[in-house]
Amino acid sequence: MAWGFLTVYWREMIRYVRFRTQLFSSLLQPALWMAFFGIAMSSNFDRFTSSIPAPAGVIPLDYLTFMAAGVIAMTTLFTSLFGGMSLLFDKNWGLMREMLASPMPRTHIMLGVSLSGMTKSFIQASIIMGFGLLLGVQFFPGYSAARIALSILGIFAFVGAFSLGFLLFSSTISMRLESPEGLQGIITLLTLPLFFVSNALYPIQAFPAFLQTLSIFNPLTHLVNGIRYFALGGDFFAVGARYTTSTVDVLGSFAYLAVFAAVMYLLARRTFERAVVT
Amino acid sequence: MGGDDIIEVRDLEHAFGNFTAVRGISFTVKKGEIFSFLGPNGAGKSTTINILTTLLPLQKGTVRVAGYDVAREPGKVREAIGIVFQEDVLDRDLTVGETMEFHGRLYGIPREERRRRIDDLLRIVELDSKRDERTKNLSGGMKRRLQIARGLMTQPEVLFLDEPTQGLDPQTRMRIWDYIRQVNGAGTTIFLTTHYMEEADMLSDRISIIDHGRLVVSGTPAGLKNALGEDVVYLETEDDGKARDALSGIEEIRSVTESPRGLSVTISADGSHCLPRIIERVRGAGIGISNVNLKKPTMDDVFVHYTGRELRDTGA
Ligand SMILES: Nc1ncnc2c1ncn2[C@@H]1O[C@H](COP(=O)(O)OP(=O)(O)OP(=O)(O)O)[C@@H](O)[C@H]1O
Ligand SMILES: [Mg+2]
Repeated sequence: MAWGFLTVYWREMIRYVRFRTQLFSSLLQPALWMAFFGIAMSSNFDRFTSSIPAPAGVIPLDYLTFMAAGVIAMTTLFTSLFGGMSLLFDKNWGLMREMLASPMPRTHIMLGVSLSGMTKSFIQASIIMGFGLLLGVQFFPGYSAARIALSILGIFAFVGAFSLGFLLFSSTISMRLESPEGLQGIITLLTLPLFFVSNALYPIQAFPAFLQTLSIFNPLTHLVNGIRYFALGGDFFAVGARYTTSTVDVLGSFAYLAVFAAVMYLLARRTFERAVVT
Repeated sequence: MGGDDIIEVRDLEHAFGNFTAVRGISFTVKKGEIFSFLGPNGAGKSTTINILTTLLPLQKGTVRVAGYDVAREPGKVREAIGIVFQEDVLDRDLTVGETMEFHGRLYGIPREERRRRIDDLLRIVELDSKRDERTKNLSGGMKRRLQIARGLMTQPEVLFLDEPTQGLDPQTRMRIWDYIRQVNGAGTTIFLTTHYMEEADMLSDRISIIDHGRLVVSGTPAGLKNALGEDVVYLETEDDGKARDALSGIEEIRSVTESPRGLSVTISADGSHCLPRIIERVRGAGIGISNVNLKKPTMDDVFVHYTGRELRDTGA
């Protein structure tokens, strides 16, 4: 019974591969971002910033490489925020009652859904990394095979912690809402500030002070920090700014995401334990 | 309440906002019984089932199912029960086999056992040829059958069936009655709601009728019908007027009415015991009888008697 969440996970993954259009778009969307936005923006940014010289001894990176980490982060954010949607449908179509009336602990419903959301984000992150390398993204510059493997694990750890937090958040909202439109509205409302008040697409060094402060509380910033640290190293130069990240910084970012996920877990658990379905 | 009560409901009340759907009902169901819960649309049947199955919180009253308090030990209750919901609740994109598999895993049935029960049950409900079909491609009756098979899979102590045979053809319905009896015979207590009175009549050991959130009457099917005391004998004779006179003096006869098609004799006691005497009397008076018909009250009559005639889809 302690493995009940695997049952929910199993069903979520059946649905994932069975809804062909959903599967297809979830795989294609990040690749399209990389291909169009990435190439279009990088020709611009690289022109503006090529005049700023990199400090001696620091590797300069092109914009496509810089934003690839942002695209992984953004895709993870979207996928995770929408991850609770399947619960909303379950609830509205009465399917949730089967699970709520069963002896499986209710926390396992949200754990199963979260685990499947994490899996989807891992798949998407892998596609972005693979496709990015084809487009010329300079991830893992000069790394040994072992270091690449470790770095990928590190990226997955960040993506996993981040997506867990937002999946649980999305599950909580879904359990409390009646309509998918409501969830969509909340997602739209949240993604814009989360996305733009972060370091996903551009450096935050040039932000006004209060936006900089805000961005430090933004989980997306910490996800991007982690991905860049593992993919690009602790000291690089991109978009006219130098990025130095120490091990302590990275651990701090990870801790922030872990705490965020833990808080969301507690919220979600409360919601699920009280869930009633009529 | 005795020790063999598997469901004990005392003073149960439930309100949605300021509308009270269940207004203080008490009843018990004995272990091994088939218990039917009848009532017009909106009477509060599904609401009661939702509380008994822990899907709605207990607001007022006490409810024990399989020996556990639904408010205090909902987990234990959930382990002991199975439910077939009133509405079709199937994941459209899972196959028949996966639907069963998912349910079996939810209840933690070990793999071998799960496989065996799924095979057996799909054969019983004659869906084994549809095993790999997505549930959205099943006919309405097949969907019901699948949901019943799913409910039976966990071999619960108490099985709640909320209008299980709604919309099924007569053959399928009778086959489902057979399964219900089989499962009941194997020890599962059945809590049934239905709008098919003959279904309640055929299956139930006991029946309770609920209306506007209150229990109006409880009893065995035969007891309820007899209590109406309205057996009617229809007679066609050579001379209805004379026959009517001949019948005066039988004390169980409550009234006799004449119509162009014959006599209707309403009897206050069990009509089948009275019938021979009626025939003897009429024959004894030298009047020939061409047709005799005894109509006992049906569950329909009982239902309408206790819940009135007005339509309940509107309002409450
Ligand atoms: N979630 C809800 N919110 C508000 N009112 C509700 C809710 N669920 C049920 N009701 C009301 O409670 C009353 C009882 O409903 P219930 O579903 O228990 O009836 P029922 O006896 O099962 O009827 P039917 O035979 O039509 O299935 C109805 O008036 C219904 O409108
Ligand atoms: Mg109902």
